[in-house]
Amino acid sequence: MFEAVLLTVITAATPLLIAAIGELVVERSGVLNLGVEGMMIMGAVVGFAVANQTGSGTLGVFAAIAAGMAMSALFGFLVLVLVTNQVATGLALTILGVGFSGLIGEAFIGIPGLKLPDLYIPVLSDIPFFGPVFFQQDALVYVSFALVIAVAYFLFRTRLGLVLRSVGDNHVSAHALGYSVIRIRFAAVLFGGACAGLAGAYMSLAYTPQWVENMTAGRGWIALALVVFSSWLPLRVVIGAYLFGAVSVLNLHAQAVELDIPSQLLSSLPYLATILVLVLISANRRLTLVNTPACLGKPFVPDR
Amino acid sequence: MRVELVKRKEHSRKMALLSPLIAVGLTAIAAGFIFSISGHNPLFGLYKFFIEPLTQEWSLNATIAKATPLILIACGLSVCYLSNNWNIGAEGQFVVGALFGSALPILMPDFESAATLPLMMAFGAIGGALWALIPALLKTRFNTNEILTSLMLVYVASLLLDYLVRGPWRDPGGYNFPESALFSDAATLSTVPGTSLSYAAPITLIVAVVLAVVLGKTIKGFEIRVMGESPRAGSFAGFSAKKLTLFSFAIAGGLAGLAGTMEVSGALNQLLPTISPGYGFTAIIVAFLGRLNPFGIIVAGFVLALSYIGGEAVQSAMGVSNKIASVIQGLLLFFVLACDTLILYRIRFVGRRGSAGEVSHV
Repeated sequence: MFEAVLLTVITAATPLLIAAIGELVVERSGVLNLGVEGMMIMGAVVGFAVANQTGSGTLGVFAAIAAGMAMSALFGFLVLVLVTNQVATGLALTILGVGFSGLIGEAFIGIPGLKLPDLYIPVLSDIPFFGPVFFQQDALVYVSFALVIAVAYFLFRTRLGLVLRSVGDNHVSAHALGYSVIRIRFAAVLFGGACAGLAGAYMSLAYTPQWVENMTAGRGWIALALVVFSSWLPLRVVIGAYLFGAVSVLNLHAQAVELDIPSQLLSSLPYLATILVLVLISANRRLTLVNTPACLGKPFVPDR
Repeated sequence: MRVELVKRKEHSRKMALLSPLIAVGLTAIAAGFIFSISGHNPLFGLYKFFIEPLTQEWSLNATIAKATPLILIACGLSVCYLSNNWNIGAEGQFVVGALFGSALPILMPDFESAATLPLMMAFGAIGGALWALIPALLKTRFNTNEILTSLMLVYVASLLLDYLVRGPWRDPGGYNFPESALFSDAATLSTVPGTSLSYAAPITLIVAVVLAVVLGKTIKGFEIRVMGESPRAGSFAGFSAKKLTLFSFAIAGGLAGLAGTMEVSGALNQLLPTISPGYGFTAIIVAFLGRLNPFGIIVAGFVLALSYIGGEAVQSAMGVSNKIASVIQGLLLFFVLACDTLILYRIRFVGRRGSAGEVSHV
């Protein structure tokens, strides 16, 4: 029982983790991209469509990443080059992504999908309990952890990571020092798009291998909240994602033990938990002020 | 070649009027492009989508019926956005307003009097306002980001609606269908005599005019604008940012709730598991396309309402999925935001060896 619960928590947490770690990099560079939901749902539909047409899950995953990046490039052009309002543009990205994915996905409704295979790591996957939980997941679960470690190393142990953080904290100074604020931010936005697309592919190729309209169901928004929860620190995103993964599978397991609670109440728990967590974190001034990128969401027009 | 933005000395009035028109034009071009890559005649598609619904009486009425909730919600949202409060949860406020408004006819079906409808509308506005005050209070009290909390409450609101129509509020004589009982005549918003338009349309028009007067001619309107553009200057004038956050959210939620009640009472006549085709989100586009101005919002409401009707029209006439409507809505918001850049900036194209000498102005 416990093992089964843990396995569903991992699959529920992985898309949140991937999307949130991408958005964390974007926000560290000083850009707020509220379009995670839109990029994620585009990743889900494109990933499903390509996997379905080619028969290759791997190609689907790469197509989903490309779709997420294309969406984020659109966002980046508006926000960074045309200096549009970041909140409104991110919202536009979500509205466009949800609409566009519905249009593309109409042909794929009800078609059985392709599931990414689980990796069986020899010997280790045979260990009781630990085997299935740690060594018998699909490749993207391992990718999600690799991403977290890579991002943490990049942001806090490399020179370029330092530059990216300085752009997010004080774009005027970074510009004066000769760094191209726009270019660095654009790269961060593209990385965020790639991660959101990958998270979407996880939804339609591993979590529930099929295409259902609006299947991300607000996970992109929850990923945004996770970045706040983590106070912009990569390792804390893991804690947040697994916490929310656990909350979101409650519904599934409560039905099994026949609890007399309306299923709608259980379904709304992840959203209510998000609000609660945001309140707890933001009420703590010290925590939020220390790590929040100082230029988050602020427009930058270089004066030449 | 490189694109460079040059800040204008003051914002261009000409562009402020032109930019929404340019945006609609660009959206039409993009829509034509989508029609042609999906193998249809783009001009025929554009005619079916944007023009034909305006030429027939029934489709014009349907457009007005769709424009009404959009305009009403967008009017409220404009108060939020003008004062820099990012309420994106109008969809949830619409639903909760509809639930509050429906409580009377569903729980007390025998209460049929002239007071029924006014009470329902008041309840609806109060319900929407209360739902909107949750993110507002969390923002003023705990400094919580209102964007995420207001959006999360949309999901909670639609699950609440789902629970009620499948559970306690389900029509006992309804063969287990997930829907409430039909409202009595006293609880039904009737049509304006001589037309097939619900009273929701004139009520919305009145609200828009009142809002225009409040924004343009009163101290409150001045406060909303000042606090949006320069909160620091506003605080010197003695305006309170917190009070304004609560005020703007309450207005936006109240109007969305009123729209929700009028929708269930006038158009649907009962509660269903889904009562809105995304009005609360589309209204965000309406607010921006209308430049956060009540009269602009009325025009913009019609443009976006057309996208719903036009979506149905191209589906039946050309076999194009009506999902194209939401794609066009999303593109429109993108173009609106991009074109608004022209109000504050002049765009310069600089050659590769660009110097100030060889630039062309747009």
